Amino acid sequence: MSDALHLPKAVEDALLAINQPSRRSFLKASGALVFSLSVSTLPGTRALAAESGAAVGPYPDPDFLQLDTWIVIHPDNTATFYVGKTDGGQGTGTAFRQMMCDELDIAYDKTRLVMGRTDITPDQGGSGGSDGVERDGMVMRRVAAEGRRVLLELGSQHLGAPVDMLAVANATIALKSDPVKKVTYAELVGGKRFNIPLTGRNVDAATGKAAVKPVTELRVVGQSLKRYDIPAKVDGSLKWAVDMKLPRMVHARNVRPPFAGATLQRIDESSVADVPGFVRVVSRGNYVAVICEREEQAIRAARQLKAEWKRPAAAPFPPSDELFDYMRRATPTSTSEPKVEGDPAAALASARHVVEAEYEVPFQGHSSIGPAHALADPSDGQMTIYSNDMKSYGLRIGVAKFLDMPREKVRVVYMDGPQVYGRTAADDAGFEAAFLAKELGRPVRVQWMRDEESGWDTKGPAHVFKLRGGLDDQGKVVALEYEACSADHNHLWYNEPDTVLIAQLMGRRPANPAKGSAEAPTSMYAIANRRTTTRIVGLPMIWETPLRTGNLRDPNGPQVTFAFESFIDELAAAAKADPVQFRLDMLADAKEDDVFRKARSLAVVRAAAKTYGWDARPSPKSRAAAARGKLLSGRGIAYTYRSNTIVAVIAEVEVNRETGRVWAKRLVCAHDCGLVINPEGLQHTVECGMLHGLSRALWEEVTFDTENVTSVNWASYPSLRHSDTPAAIDVVLVNGDPTPGRPDLAPYGAGECSHKPVIAAVANAIYDATGVRLRRAPFRSERVLAALTPTST
Amino acid sequence: MSIVKLHVNGAVHEVDVDPSTPLLYVLRNDLDLHGPRFGCGMGQCSVCTVIIDGVATRSCITPVSTVRGKVTTLEGLSTNGRLHPLQQAWIDEQAAQCGYCQNGQIMTAKALLDKNPNPSDAEIRAAMDGALCRCMTYYRVQAAIHRVVRGTKAAGEGK
Repeated sequence: MSDALHLPKAVEDALLAINQPSRRSFLKASGALVFSLSVSTLPGTRALAAESGAAVGPYPDPDFLQLDTWIVIHPDNTATFYVGKTDGGQGTGTAFRQMMCDELDIAYDKTRLVMGRTDITPDQGGSGGSDGVERDGMVMRRVAAEGRRVLLELGSQHLGAPVDMLAVANATIALKSDPVKKVTYAELVGGKRFNIPLTGRNVDAATGKAAVKPVTELRVVGQSLKRYDIPAKVDGSLKWAVDMKLPRMVHARNVRPPFAGATLQRIDESSVADVPGFVRVVSRGNYVAVICEREEQAIRAARQLKAEWKRPAAAPFPPSDELFDYMRRATPTSTSEPKVEGDPAAALASARHVVEAEYEVPFQGHSSIGPAHALADPSDGQMTIYSNDMKSYGLRIGVAKFLDMPREKVRVVYMDGPQVYGRTAADDAGFEAAFLAKELGRPVRVQWMRDEESGWDTKGPAHVFKLRGGLDDQGKVVALEYEACSADHNHLWYNEPDTVLIAQLMGRRPANPAKGSAEAPTSMYAIANRRTTTRIVGLPMIWETPLRTGNLRDPNGPQVTFAFESFIDELAAAAKADPVQFRLDMLADAKEDDVFRKARSLAVVRAAAKTYGWDARPSPKSRAAAARGKLLSGRGIAYTYRSNTIVAVIAEVEVNRETGRVWAKRLVCAHDCGLVINPEGLQHTVECGMLHGLSRALWEEVTFDTENVTSVNWASYPSLRHSDTPAAIDVVLVNGDPTPGRPDLAPYGAGECSHKPVIAAVANAIYDATGVRLRRAPFRSERVLAALTPTST
Repeated sequence: MSIVKLHVNGAVHEVDVDPSTPLLYVLRNDLDLHGPRFGCGMGQCSVCTVIIDGVATRSCITPVSTVRGKVTTLEGLSTNGRLHPLQQAWIDEQAAQCGYCQNGQIMTAKALLDKNPNPSDAEIRAAMDGALCRCMTYYRVQAAIHRVVRGTKAAGEGK
């Protein structure tokens, strides 16, 4: 039988082999041949494709309402799980396997997982919004539970005993009364199809008849199993999307406009004719790429190509040092209906003390460590794209529309890649590779360069905030007004054929730019009188721009929380209250909700303070202490939630008053995401999320003049480094649910939450250390030093 | 194009390329060694790091024709199927998130420990400072290096 996957064998081996925990011994024992055999005899969707003679396509949507789409039991009593998600490095793949193993009653090391392959895994949307474990993991649990139910019924027939007299462990069903009488899953369905339909109006609702286990019966969930993907990532054996190579493949490099909004006038193709291996220049509209046989040749040709470009009539954007003034003055593209509770105006008018402050956060980039890349193969009239795009399904549909191909003829093979904390340029590279592959009729590998990635990838939107709050005689917050302004007009979503950069440069435009968002803060604080308004502003040029906004790890969360939790700290300072107690008092007055956010918020703030060893006192530290020495130390807290996950971060900083350098010496995070699937994996994700927040707090800022982004490499776009790393990080996993052992305790998302309050916690710590409030992120040395230096009069 | 002779991971290779080609592309595209990866092409991030005669070298800015010494890539660290202690420590500490930059982290750490098997925390931070990670795994990476240093010390004391 022909190979049903129809992928280069090395890739196939890598895709299936990496999640064998004892990979080396397994490979040694079984040999690579066994892998290819087991692949070609898989009874699931892939075999179906092969049976219908369609090994090279088309690739119809895998049917999420068939159990066989999700789970395959092999003759050797192992299983492969097929899920429509991706793993950006937070260990979600390991977590998915743990959840499915528990429900199916199979040992973890007897399973494999295939993710994000649009032709053979059900479309669960890929990754995003930290909902992989929370939402999609529950679907996986349900289908695995259904697999167990069906196997138990088959086992009952096989052993001639009712289901309630059977016990299941390690993929083997045995009579409770006589365990010698047993049958394995493989003996029941190994190499065969389940043929069991599921129900559900969409993939998120997919379910069988079986109920999932109560969490008290989960055994694999809750264990700190090591991630299956790390061994192959540290010995160099894993094939990543960036490593993919095919016969006849050529290399492409994009040639971007030399200034934003430029119009291509003329290309002098003779300027690259002498480049060895030169294949072609492809251009359409303002999109230009050069193609060469070898990678270094394509780089040279892209640099050498002469083209004439015309500047736009008006400057596409204000320079970054005038950005916030521009945003304050700009006419909004949309304004939210004010959300009012109580009578904030009256409460402010009668307040004993009124505090006002404004905060600013610049554009910040994904700036992926590995610039965007993709390989597209147009063989056999189909299109296969090898990509690390976290939304492989969207990429498939988007490319099909873009190239006007039936979607059944397009598939995306998700493979590991560099960081995907939201809508990176991985989307763009996938479209570009597919377009060029179709033009050339050869496999084309697209690789962005560093300046292109940092310059042209999507950005987290810049924000300006204005807050006003009132305190009564007792120092209690009686009113709070919040105004957020976000430069987020034409926010890019995922894989939309008219919004990716190549389509924009070709002159394609969606009917309307995406509105974007500006958000209200998330906290459980009880404040009787509140007014919340948000508005969005656009920059002058919204198409073909390097200042494209797109989702960056909790898209507005870090910015909003910086402003809001800094301001809460300012109110606490005005009330001369301890910042932790001040927050606890506002939480204590809150109303409880259906996911117990009040109780869990209180538990999280208390746990953070306890773990840190917080001494209750108002900020800032006494002036007498601050006057001594060149290093000033202080601590700050910030609390928030994202969806159902609650978090509090305490930062301890050292501020060098001579250089302005801020070092976060210690970070503490208390984190409640409900049911924990893999404690060690979670802890690392929380740690790294905090450090990403620290990078945004201390370093990250997209700069630009009126026609180009100027922060285009690691010198002009500095990022956190080893020398910035805290000496200590403590993560405490809290379960603040009022009935913490309840059998239906749900897992909530954890990929983004710890990232969210860090800028605020650092700002609050700097204030505690120095008595100076920084309201403009990032807190780079020169900005801190300027703030610490009294202006001469 | 011209023939360039390279010593990589104990084997000798001859490739026919433009002599100015960065070593990175020869390793990745001609020798199929994918441990070193493209990150910046400017020597700023260390994702492409290989070790040449004991020195951590940015292969993205090293013309292949200038390479005279013996090149070790991530693939060359394990011996007889046994992982290098750094690779094992990376697994023990679960140091990676996405893992894309970890070649640079591991190879930079190896060059450090080969010269100084017992670095202080400050020396580790200084030596590793050019190895960027956008998932921000620095804390775990440092823990993994400390783990190897402790192991080396313990082995030394056991003798």
